[in-house]
Amino acid sequence: MTAQTTTPPATFSRRNWAKDAERFALLGAWAVLITIFAFAVPDTFFTWRTFSSMFGSQAVLVVLSLAILVPLTAGDFDLSAANVLVFSAMLVAVTNVQLGLPVGLSMILAIGVGALVGAINAVFILYFRIHSLIITLGVGTFLQGLTLWMSQSRTISGISMNLVEMVVIKRLFGIPLAFYYGLALALIMWWVLEYTIAGRKLLFVGRGREVARLNGVKVDRVRMLSLVASSTLAAIAGVLYAGMTGSADPNSGSTLLLPAFAAAFLGATTLYPGRFNPLGTLLSVYFLITGITGLTMLGADAFVQSLFYGGALVVAVSLSQLVRGRQPQSFG
Amino acid sequence: MTVQPLDALNVAHHDADILRMSNIRMKFGSVEILKDVNLTLRRKEIVGLLGANGSGKSTLIKVLAGFNSPEPNSVVRLWGETLPLPLDANRIRQMGVAFVHQHLALVPSLSVIDNMLISDTSRRPYGIRWRAEKRKIQTLLDEFGLAIDPTATIETLSPVERAFVAIVRAFAELRRSDAGRAGEGILVLDEPTPFLSVEDVEKLFGVLRNIKETGASVIIVTHDIDEVLSLTDRVAVMRDGRLAAMMKTNETTRQEILDTIVGRATSAYVRAPRTTPGAPNVSIQGLSGGRCTSFDAEIKTGEILGVSGLIGSGFADVPYLLFGAGDGAGQITVGDSDLDAARLPPAKAHAAGVALLPGDRMGQGGIATLSVAENATFLALPRMKGGFGISQAKMTTATQALIATHDVRPANARADLGNLSGGNQQKVLLGKWLAEKPKLLCLDEPTQGVDYGARQQIFKALDDAAADGMSIIVASTDHEQLAQLCDRVVVFRRGEPVLTLSGPDVTKDKIARACLASDVPQSQNSQLTEVSA
Repeated sequence: MTAQTTTPPATFSRRNWAKDAERFALLGAWAVLITIFAFAVPDTFFTWRTFSSMFGSQAVLVVLSLAILVPLTAGDFDLSAANVLVFSAMLVAVTNVQLGLPVGLSMILAIGVGALVGAINAVFILYFRIHSLIITLGVGTFLQGLTLWMSQSRTISGISMNLVEMVVIKRLFGIPLAFYYGLALALIMWWVLEYTIAGRKLLFVGRGREVARLNGVKVDRVRMLSLVASSTLAAIAGVLYAGMTGSADPNSGSTLLLPAFAAAFLGATTLYPGRFNPLGTLLSVYFLITGITGLTMLGADAFVQSLFYGGALVVAVSLSQLVRGRQPQSFG
Repeated sequence: MTVQPLDALNVAHHDADILRMSNIRMKFGSVEILKDVNLTLRRKEIVGLLGANGSGKSTLIKVLAGFNSPEPNSVVRLWGETLPLPLDANRIRQMGVAFVHQHLALVPSLSVIDNMLISDTSRRPYGIRWRAEKRKIQTLLDEFGLAIDPTATIETLSPVERAFVAIVRAFAELRRSDAGRAGEGILVLDEPTPFLSVEDVEKLFGVLRNIKETGASVIIVTHDIDEVLSLTDRVAVMRDGRLAAMMKTNETTRQEILDTIVGRATSAYVRAPRTTPGAPNVSIQGLSGGRCTSFDAEIKTGEILGVSGLIGSGFADVPYLLFGAGDGAGQITVGDSDLDAARLPPAKAHAAGVALLPGDRMGQGGIATLSVAENATFLALPRMKGGFGISQAKMTTATQALIATHDVRPANARADLGNLSGGNQQKVLLGKWLAEKPKLLCLDEPTQGVDYGARQQIFKALDDAAADGMSIIVASTDHEQLAQLCDRVVVFRRGEPVLTLSGPDVTKDKIARACLASDVPQSQNSQLTEVSA
């Protein structure tokens, strides 16, 4: 109604301090966490072995978190991602071990099928106008069934060592290559989201579909591509997962879904507060695993994982709401 | 009669006043919206409340509903009892004042029964007995001669039937109230008719007359003078936050009401004379969609065309249809591009040089949670590329230029758009589109919720853009704004353009009269020729 009084310029510099503190708070918290554990369990925790194993083993979660980040930015949930991951790992195992396909072909097949699942998600969500939560939940559960069927509910091992070698055995600066795949993907996605028109469109679609549409964005196409990207990246995470152990287990991978969401939302509180961002997500994955590793070494049981990831998701979402000034969020 | 005796002090007023609002004053910030308004309502009476946009009608109704809290010395007396301010919304309803708002507040996917029971808070110790409720509602509907099936879902009903359900629901609420037990009550209708056809309006009025016969009173807020003449007992006209007149309907004429609404005040602003009209630029043929049934127009370069009318008359759809933002049909030619409105995604319209600045700024125009720079440069991103992709530096430079040109405050490219005032948001969004140099700029209510200073700046920006050869179309109900901006104004009625004002006829008063003068067949013709001559 009436004109707002203009903000005096004096407050600008002060506000930036608070903003910076907010941006790097998680980095600080990570440092504090490492320091605490370094004093509490110096012999086991504060060793290069522990860190290189943390960095290597979490690459799968990094890729999965980055996968769901794409539709999250566009305002859609992909709950099928973890199931795509397991399905893709199992597809590599079945085609490579049981059908004897070369591992390269198995990988391409798995990633291609991942893209197809994304397209199926998109068709149901966009053509029938159904909320992404429901479709991806259904498609994910369906894939879980396929995985169990395909594997007869058994772990299939014996995947070509070529893959295992490229994922965990070869190291650079003492860290398995898997870590660098995750890092590279995070950097590429950061560039795409921040420095390309496609990334900006994705952000606009997520923040306001109608605004994006009335600014000439083809909203449905953007949403479709984001879902295809998510499933494709999840399938790549599945290939890494298979490469970690040289085997595929039909069950364990699906528990990665919640940690992935926890990392994505926690990542949205840091570096670019209020935005889902790849580098923040990368940081969050390692922050969370540091906490879990440390607590486990202090003698906590397996339950600590659920406590930590579940708690982190709730705390992270609440924090990012505070950052946004508690405006109601509208996903989808 | 159950009307309580009035205080001796107030005998000067009519004995049967059941509602008396006196000295109502209302401020938003430093702006006075209501200035000493007095309104009375008697038993078994229908009062029409009229006034132009921004005259304070809605604010007055919101005071009565308990949404707005008026200044301390305002007085509201209901059935002889002076009520504490601000009014308590629940208490008012309990005392027997029921409201039907324009959007009716019905849930489309639920049945009539469900919607009727939603506002019914009477105790049901044994739960809802559906068969009994259905009978009760059926009886109520029959009482008004309405053939509506209580089990039908709202979305299967016609617009007028939906209005009936909302009104009958409000009436049922009156009956349950304290006053209702004595057969009284006050029903307040806020513009219930704009989306109804003439026959439906007549049916609606039949129901309202029946309600009056039961002993209740009705206040109806409307734009339509003929409706008021055919329905009401008295007419209250508001203008500039004051009650301009309170007239007996059978002692007044439509001309008198019209004069009272428009007033004698004229706007001081004189539009700079335009130089030579430009070349033909935009041609619109058979445009339809939404409430607009048919619209043809030619717009030259540098010309600003206004479209106006009553709410619901279809003019408001025009900017959206031209940009492909709504489903429609028709042929649009912009420069050398031919566009088919039936197959026009916004992206295509944008590529052809059409721009749209929508009325709902934060819902459709820009994103509140992103920065001014991100909003302002979204369309310009292809021009923002540097060696590493989109360059933040270029975005900031472009935004600072926009901020300087349009005097955006605060001058901070990194502030969230949502933290700016309405006027500054609009300047950013307008600047964003102007930077694209569109051939046709479509605007819907460009200065709604914009303060006076920003409004003049937006006018100037539009004037300058027109001077550079842009064609502009403005949809608005703000007659003063249209008079200040437009070369021509097309007035819509019931989905179609009925008259064009141009040259010296583009004045606030003439636009207002053309919009308000409605469907009376004979007088209409004489009026129109007089105005367009």
